Amino acid sequence: MTIEVKNLTKKFGDFAALDNVDLKVADGELLALLGPSGSGKTTLLRIIAGLDWPDSGEVSFGGENVLSRSAGERHVGFVFQHYALFRHMTVFENVAFGLRVQPRAIRKDEAAIRARVKELLDLVQLDWLSDRYPNQLSGGQRQRIALARALAIEPRILLLDEPFGALDAKVRKELRQWLRSLHQEIHVTSIFVTHDQEEALEVANRVVVMDKGRIEQVGTPGEVYDNPATAFVHGFIGESIVLPVEVRDGGVQLGGKALNIAANGYAPGAAKLFIRRHDMQIGPAGSGALEGSVQHVRTFGPIQRAEVALCGAAEKTVIEIDAPRDRELHAGDAVSLQPRRYRIFAAQE
Amino acid sequence: MNQPQAFTYTPPRDDVHTEPGAIRFVIVALAVLFLLIFVVLPLVVVFASAFSKGVMAYVAALGEPEALSAIRLTLLVAAISVSLNLVSGVIAAWAIAKFDFAGKTFLITLIDLPFSVSPVISGLVFVLLFGAQGFFGPWLQAHDIRILFALPGIALATIFVTFPFVARALIPLMQEQGTQEEEAAISLGASGLQTFFRVTLPNIKWGLLYGVLLCNARAMGEFGAVSVVSGHIRGETNTMPLLVEILYNEYQFVASFAIASLLAMLALITLVAKTVLERRLDEGQVVSDD
Repeated sequence: MTIEVKNLTKKFGDFAALDNVDLKVADGELLALLGPSGSGKTTLLRIIAGLDWPDSGEVSFGGENVLSRSAGERHVGFVFQHYALFRHMTVFENVAFGLRVQPRAIRKDEAAIRARVKELLDLVQLDWLSDRYPNQLSGGQRQRIALARALAIEPRILLLDEPFGALDAKVRKELRQWLRSLHQEIHVTSIFVTHDQEEALEVANRVVVMDKGRIEQVGTPGEVYDNPATAFVHGFIGESIVLPVEVRDGGVQLGGKALNIAANGYAPGAAKLFIRRHDMQIGPAGSGALEGSVQHVRTFGPIQRAEVALCGAAEKTVIEIDAPRDRELHAGDAVSLQPRRYRIFAAQE
Repeated sequence: MNQPQAFTYTPPRDDVHTEPGAIRFVIVALAVLFLLIFVVLPLVVVFASAFSKGVMAYVAALGEPEALSAIRLTLLVAAISVSLNLVSGVIAAWAIAKFDFAGKTFLITLIDLPFSVSPVISGLVFVLLFGAQGFFGPWLQAHDIRILFALPGIALATIFVTFPFVARALIPLMQEQGTQEEEAAISLGASGLQTFFRVTLPNIKWGLLYGVLLCNARAMGEFGAVSVVSGHIRGETNTMPLLVEILYNEYQFVASFAIASLLAMLALITLVAKTVLERRLDEGQVVSDD
């Protein structure tokens, strides 16, 4: 089932949670809505589910406008961040709920319901927990039961709100891989919300990066990482070094001093230079675009991270760069830095 | 011969948190003495006086037509006011806990109003509204409808006085539980009624029972408000608490204390049920925190 969102706007008082958002989701896609808190990603998900309503705009499933339909009529599976399992029901009854509340005319008989619940519990590999209550389960188990419950109604679309947000790091990682393989198995169009870039890049086919109620970029994980469309995306995904620069005469200047890099046709004026930490190459003093002195070196597994104070900047600027372990670095060394790759964006404000 | 000292374990004494034995004894004794004088003694006196002329006199006192009529009226009034407050309390708590709207704080204050008003005033309000000189008085007389000095007046006064119990018991519980389970039910295709009966109601059942229990105890025991609106018509508009007073004033001590003993038993049963329910509610709390 395809999903299309057009000109969606939603305000809470003066705060624009969604500001003219357009989005198309292809059939069978696994899409991540990624953004910091307050970026509108959960609001967008809830509007698609029918748990919230926009001030204006359209939402359609497979070309059919669904805004006039209630959440129940949309046939959407929704998985809540805090699971929202029915606490007074067993795992079995939780999963069976969606089947038991169907109108009598289309409701399955008891045997068929039992068979379907069993099938779903097998799918999430938790059939041995069917008689337990939610408070007897671990967080990861609860999340998988919540997913089984959402799948019970054979949803046209699966929506997950921060599905792993409340879990610890190790369980998160396991569930991520599990969710991806589950999606390959059942292939239902799915959207999940997350503020964790690693999660979005690792699980999704496509990532939608949101900020302040707007979509900043839509692309594959590779695209949003390698070709960030805006300064926000560059800063939010992956770790970046950001330097305030000025573009003048086809060159780039930092604190009035020309840097040995090209402006790539960028328009003159105040700008921001973005460089990935690992894209900064360290060389002997006098050989690169930027000069600086090493202040501090720490080692992390295969890499070492150096804090380098830049010379020439108007204010004292210290940046962190990643270098391979085999390159010898000591505090006090004078070094030069040459960005292998970099991007320039207009300075905001 | 020489046992190694290291293996004899003496549990650490928790001296920081414990007073010397004598002081502990005095404090506990004071508390017990206080309870004996102010709670247990009166209770014993009620039962002792009720049975002072023997079991036969006790049974006979309860069998009097006036006593039977008072018991019937009290049960009827309690049934009416508890069931109406049950419905309206759930609705009020639902509205307050699950929705945001203008004037919410004002509504909460209004729900609490009967607690802060003297019961006599609560009764007087109805006299001013429905009495012969009251606001609706002439109209009611013209249509031959009796509210004051009759069952409707007593029920109204009782409903007013006992309104906060159910809502008060439910609001914090429902606020803490939030709306996510309801949202989950709705997205799974449940209708509003299915969501209420299958998800909301089971989640609040212990809190609801707790509210109903306290509401019932107060409805049966209410004196002040009912006294103002009842008119004390013998065998007709006297509830049990009113009859206790009347019989006592007429020096019919056995009969008076016999009725009083029934109310005391209601209190004891309520107390036990309340303790059980509070334990249930605590368990529910632990579950939902987890």
